[in-house]
Amino acid sequence: MKKNIFYLIILLFFTFIFTIFYIGLDKPNFYTPKEIKNKSLEEFTSTELFSNEQFSSNDIIENNKFTLINIWSSWCVPCRLEHAALMDLSEKTDLNIVGLNYKDKKNNAIKFLNELGNPFSKILTDPDGIVSISLGAYGVPETFLLNNKSKIIRKYIGPLTKENILEIIKIIK
Amino acid sequence: MISSHIGYYSLLLGFVISVSLLFYSIFCFKKNNQNINQNIFSFLFMQFFTVVISFISLVYSFIISDFSNATVYNNSHSTKPIFYKITGTWGNHEGSLLLWLLVLTLFIFLFIIFSKKQPTKYRFLSIFFQQIIISGFFLFLLLTSNPFNFLFPIPNEGLGLNPILQDPALAIHPPILYLGYVGSSIIFSASLASLVQNNINREWAIHIKKWIKVAWFFLTIGILLGSIWAYYELGWGGFWFWDPVENVSLMPWLCLTALLHTVIVLEKRNLLKSWTLILSIATFTFSMIGTFLVRSGILNSVHTFANDPERGIFILLFLFSLIILSIILFFIYQRKENTSQKKFFLISRETSILINNLFMMYFLSVVLIGTTYPIFLEVIANEKVSIGPPFFNKLLIPFLTLFLIFMAVGPKLNWIKDNYKKIKYSRIVLFFICICISFYLIKKTSSDILFTSILGGAAFYLLFVTIKEFLNKKRNTSQAISHFGFSLFILSILFNSLFSNEFSANMKIGQELIYEKEKIKFLKIKTFDKENYKSVIANFEIIDEKKNIISLYPEIRIYNQPNILTSEADIISTVFFDKFLVINLLKGGEIFNVRYQTKPFMIWIWISVCLISFGGILGLFKRH
Repeated sequence: MKKNIFYLIILLFFTFIFTIFYIGLDKPNFYTPKEIKNKSLEEFTSTELFSNEQFSSNDIIENNKFTLINIWSSWCVPCRLEHAALMDLSEKTDLNIVGLNYKDKKNNAIKFLNELGNPFSKILTDPDGIVSISLGAYGVPETFLLNNKSKIIRKYIGPLTKENILEIIKIIK
Repeated sequence: MISSHIGYYSLLLGFVISVSLLFYSIFCFKKNNQNINQNIFSFLFMQFFTVVISFISLVYSFIISDFSNATVYNNSHSTKPIFYKITGTWGNHEGSLLLWLLVLTLFIFLFIIFSKKQPTKYRFLSIFFQQIIISGFFLFLLLTSNPFNFLFPIPNEGLGLNPILQDPALAIHPPILYLGYVGSSIIFSASLASLVQNNINREWAIHIKKWIKVAWFFLTIGILLGSIWAYYELGWGGFWFWDPVENVSLMPWLCLTALLHTVIVLEKRNLLKSWTLILSIATFTFSMIGTFLVRSGILNSVHTFANDPERGIFILLFLFSLIILSIILFFIYQRKENTSQKKFFLISRETSILINNLFMMYFLSVVLIGTTYPIFLEVIANEKVSIGPPFFNKLLIPFLTLFLIFMAVGPKLNWIKDNYKKIKYSRIVLFFICICISFYLIKKTSSDILFTSILGGAAFYLLFVTIKEFLNKKRNTSQAISHFGFSLFILSILFNSLFSNEFSANMKIGQELIYEKEKIKFLKIKTFDKENYKSVIANFEIIDEKKNIISLYPEIRIYNQPNILTSEADIISTVFFDKFLVINLLKGGEIFNVRYQTKPFMIWIWISVCLISFGGILGLFKRH
């Protein structure tokens, strides 16, 4: 009897760990990168998803009054949730929305956009996640609102909520 | 194109052989065959052979830059040097899993060759358990991470290998590490087999000890290589960051080290049977947990390849099936140890080994909790925390002092029972002298003096005791070398962390700065075009008080595919210190961020780890 209880406890313990890991799979990236000290986005260059052209972040940012950089990926479930908000934002405002496609496969990314629509003016790619880490991102999704001098005005960790969208619209007006 | 076909079908064939072996080995076991027959041996060879063929085809696809293969397309580029085309084979998820499978099949093949003296039934069962693992990995590879996926239309050019992976130390780091990681699988299968056969005794201990040593040796060297790579390539100037991925390689190592010691008690005194088993099972479980944490994308670091939750779920299910299988087997077959005649005495060699185990388990729990706690907290409380070096240092270092003392005393004790009256006053005096030496050396630094000098003293004590051991004729050389290496290791790290200094500034070409009696001159930069990157090499001169001039040439590499900047530090290593200089490009390209570090005894950290592992492998060739 004693042995059975012991047996049960061990089994329950491992089931618990299993559950935690299983749920944890949907919340990737526990890695915490360096803090952004100077509150200004580091310049980076990357390849555009569709045209394969090289773009420097500054070229994109300087030409618009405000730019929203959204880090997303086709395998990320919360990105799917926030996508409608981004679509909404791109239809209602003329905000320059730039996507940064994080650790993704090209085919999957295009499939994702075909399915849910493309709110981005440009999609830069980050196949190794190096750009995102150097930007100080915590994971996907994550969104930066910048002015034309690369200053970070707002940073949203996790999917954008309705309140976030209203805040963004308020700022850019 | 054709090589991908060959690779894929030979993998399929390998899987079929694996499944047949699974049934065949159990069939032979039931039929009570007296010998391992030729059939099973050829099956094992065939299985190994199919994986070799498949691995060679993948390497070949990488060499000829066959971009119709998705793995090659995602991780290679035609302008890459041939060496990195080859090493790129295991620089990605799919290829590295194929390598993992290669090592798995190699190990069971070797195991059957070298275990001829063992009972036949035990060998059949070992094959059976190992085939469970192998089939699982075959399935994993074929279902979620096939390295031979086709792309159509065929792209003209590949995406390129992550430049920070283009480094010689990193090229051999995965294969060596895998020999250790996967080597623990054979220990897992063999101990489950001997559990079922009730075969855990002295002979088994002698036999399995060799495999433990092999796995331990490769795991140690593998971790060392990764560490060296981080020091040279990442440009952070450190060698261990308590990064989750480093931690997951440390966990099986701690477990294996505990096992390495426990199995000696089993060999000499036929005790601690269940504990040996639990450690054997735990070691491989930790290897698998490591694979899960790294490959599923639940943690993010330089080791994370493209994320795919499907893979995570597969490994998770597989991992827990193995855990449940071993728990069930353990509860069915575990037998009570007859300890009535074999008493444990407080002062004896076996108690000291138990103490070693206790420490190892403590270190293991700290590392385990530090690594997985953020995951638990995020899932349960939706809170993000980051556990960094302070946590590990605070919890580990105080215990290290005691650990070092036990390491010096333990091996001196007799088996079964010893007497505390043997304690010599000279030893106690020596210990206090050691503390004084370390106090004298450390007193100028700003750290917590009492604490660090006792730690340093304990390390010095172990150092002297092991040196004296070399003069002893009845010595255990392999143990003495490893323990000596460990004391050296702790001392080098201690002095390294106490006396390192760092200077960081933004400098222009031609500028001079003075930092703590040293003058740093930024002379010039030169640019070169290399095969797949543009190289910017700067020239610095460091002039010290005595007008000695050291020239340093740090480099910035601008890779074309993918477009990434990497900084290559220039490091001058001498016996006493490393001079480490790394530059980073700032905006505009005229001003550079310069980080200059002096790191004492860096080279001794590498040397001491080599000594530790050398001591371990030396025991393998010792006659019994």
